[in-house]
Amino acid sequence: MFRILDARRLASDVKWFRIKAPLAARNRQPGQFVILRLEEGGERIPLTMAAADRESGTIELIVKAIGATTKHLCELEAGDDIADIMGPLGKPTEIHACEHAVLVGGGVGTAVIYPLAPALREAGCFVTAITGGRTHDLVVLEAELRSVCDDVCVTTDDGSYGFKGNVADRLEELLSNATKPVGVVYAAGPVPMMRAVCDRTRPHKIRTIVSLNPIMVDGTGMCGGCRITVGGQQVFACVDGPEFDGHEVDFDELADRLTAYRTQERTALERFEREHGHACASTRLTTA
Amino acid sequence: MAMSPKDRIKIQRQSMPERDADVRNADFKEVNIGFSLDLAQTESVRCLQCKDAKCTCGCPVGIPIPEFLERIADNDLKGAAEILLGANALPGITGRVCPQEEQCEQFCVRAKSKNGEPVAIGHLERFVADWARENMDIRQICAPATGRKVAVVGSGPAGLTCAGELAKCGHDVTIFEALHTVGGVLTYGIPEFRLPNKIIEAEVDRLRQMGVKIVCNVVVGRTFTVDELLTDEGFDAMFIANGAGLPVFMNIPGENLKGVYSANEYLTRTNLMRAYEFPEAETPIIKGDRIAVIGGGNVAMDSVRTAKRLGAKVATLVYRRSREEMPARKEEVHHAEQEGIEFQMLTAPLRILGDENRWVRGLECQRMELGEPDDSGRRRPVPIEGSKFVIDCDVVIEAIGTRANPLLTATTPDLKLNKWGYILVDETGATSKPGVYAGGDITRGSATVILAMGDGKRAAASIHAFLTANAECAVAR
Ligand SMILES: Cc1cc2nc3c(=O)[nH]c(=O)nc-3n(C[C@H](O)[C@H](O)[C@H](O)COP(=O)(O)OP(=O)(O)OC[C@H]3O[C@@H](n4cnc5c(N)ncnc54)[C@H](O)[C@@H]3O)c2cc1C
Ligand code: SF4
Ligand code: FES
Repeated sequence: MFRILDARRLASDVKWFRIKAPLAARNRQPGQFVILRLEEGGERIPLTMAAADRESGTIELIVKAIGATTKHLCELEAGDDIADIMGPLGKPTEIHACEHAVLVGGGVGTAVIYPLAPALREAGCFVTAITGGRTHDLVVLEAELRSVCDDVCVTTDDGSYGFKGNVADRLEELLSNATKPVGVVYAAGPVPMMRAVCDRTRPHKIRTIVSLNPIMVDGTGMCGGCRITVGGQQVFACVDGPEFDGHEVDFDELADRLTAYRTQERTALERFEREHGHACASTRLTTA
Repeated sequence: MAMSPKDRIKIQRQSMPERDADVRNADFKEVNIGFSLDLAQTESVRCLQCKDAKCTCGCPVGIPIPEFLERIADNDLKGAAEILLGANALPGITGRVCPQEEQCEQFCVRAKSKNGEPVAIGHLERFVADWARENMDIRQICAPATGRKVAVVGSGPAGLTCAGELAKCGHDVTIFEALHTVGGVLTYGIPEFRLPNKIIEAEVDRLRQMGVKIVCNVVVGRTFTVDELLTDEGFDAMFIANGAGLPVFMNIPGENLKGVYSANEYLTRTNLMRAYEFPEAETPIIKGDRIAVIGGGNVAMDSVRTAKRLGAKVATLVYRRSREEMPARKEEVHHAEQEGIEFQMLTAPLRILGDENRWVRGLECQRMELGEPDDSGRRRPVPIEGSKFVIDCDVVIEAIGTRANPLLTATTPDLKLNKWGYILVDETGATSKPGVYAGGDITRGSATVILAMGDGKRAAASIHAFLTANAECAVAR
């Protein structure tokens, strides 16, 4: 059992957790993830570790409530237990030392790029973060980013806060005006957003590393469910990734494969909401 | 019970009682019911008690087969169980999954005579093991603690066997398993209709009683490297048995359409994650009405029979050679036929066809004929011109093999590998790294449960010798 030590809501549907998981914490490097299973009969889902502390044996996760499992997780509080946490998994992020590194996070993808900032700064980069959401309420980790980056730009699709537009538009603006030439871009978020980022960096030939989120089961390379196509080659995101050269990724295929269980996901969500209806209503009240 | 060989010869092989094919192909309960005491005794009397028992030579762990069969005939089941367990710690498993027709039973003299059938050694092994599990205190007495710590990586048959043997010798054993539950392929791969989980659980309970510690959710190579376990964590020796987990895909067009699975994923979703109980169990699976499984081994057979149980109207096995070359256990092929599986033999898939939404809609294939024998000695299938056709299906499962999982070996550079990435070991199970031993599929490529167990046992003896400079374990079974 893995005990939740702290839990805090970052946005209406995004929650931050600090969890006792000494084994996952001990060798964790930025970019790596865990697979967790909430309880007996639960699904195994991958989540990026936003941070980890070897001394205290804790890891931090930032979770957006989307499906049945993440909704269930977002209802848990300090003192609750998680059945299984396995990790660290995946290859650590390749830290590309250059004059100017840009981190682009869409929604909860911000949790994936946020831990890269300290490592990049240590490598001597000037670090700009671009984060965004549909609306102000969905922007997460802005304060945290400000504490670890040299510059932070926030975007909202509806213009309710910061730059009006999406993160890719903001990136484009930055690329054409940057005084310090951008040597690398790291992007994490929904597939269309990562694709858009890659489309903007491609003409500039800027190395762009994306963190991919295919469906996973075991996370050890055993099932092949997380396979994606990069540079025309089949690779397994859990062991060969999760980060890849964005200019080589087949995003259409990834986006399509992510929809494979849409019907079942709806069934699971309906069942979850039926069974946890009461709890849902109460969280809505507390966050309102 | 003295019966003349002539009388023994007259007895026909007893068949295994099994659940009705039309009932069982809709659930995951075990197909075989097991011998009754009567059947077991009648069958065991068929054994001619050969002086020079060839069957025992055919068993990779050398079970003294005539001896245990004689005890059954004499109604001394406890005696039979003691003999069996002395040579094989997991007879309830091997009795169910060993390819007996290529091992012990292949060498049985009774199979040599015209129309002769071998003694049903596997069924009898299972009978005794099940009896022992229910009626005997199989707790093992362990030697006094030696204070030496051994890490076992992976909880498949190789790891479980090695852990048991080492605990018996008084060593402090910890098994590290990547997944959330133990058993390796026995749990996530082989379905319950062939090998119920309770048999694996009983074995794991026995190991726990012997003081073996089991830590799940640890991926050696990531959570700890091999070197960290040996230095920081103070293990004196290690046995690596992490299996051959990486699925191979055929590399034909259409493999990334929705509805295409590796057998590993399909079986893991079903067996480990219990997707057949969805949504009570939360892991989904694409069920499909018409399923095509590519391959001819046990893995393919398990997948196609699972598909039937998940509700497929048509479940087809597509294999590029003929039935004779299929590497699957005979019993599974026979059961699959009874359960209504369709066989498309001498058929090679060319590509997977998708609809406009990228869902699988068919498998384009080509008919083959057998040509000259290839390196493996099997006749090579060659395509027949102009024989393309499409199998309509909405799910395609590829069960064409696995490769070595590089996760652990990539972080242990001083571990010597062969050209396919499997760990090299000598005849004692030792790797190129002092104190580190390996066995099972990670040294052999996809092999069998009994070979993995044999490796675990051999490595345990070597590790014991390495730790104590003494080849004999203080407590025999
Ligand atoms: C579907 C299927 C059906 C089969 N049917 C039969 C049959 O009927 N008869 C037969 O004899 N054989 C059969 N086999 C083959 C047989 O199961 C294998 O040969 C045998 O299980 C190998 O045992 P093992 O202990 O080497 O590895 P495995 O059983 O593969 O176990 C390895 C374990 O190590 C874990 N692991 C992997 N990497 C790590 C890591 N880095 N750190 C920690 N743990 C790790 C895995 O999660 C797994 O639990 C079948 C195989 C499959 C897939
Ligand atoms: S372990 Fe396998 S080969 Fe040995 S006697 Fe049992 S069934 Fe036969
Ligand atoms: S999640 Fe199974 S191979 Fe990557």
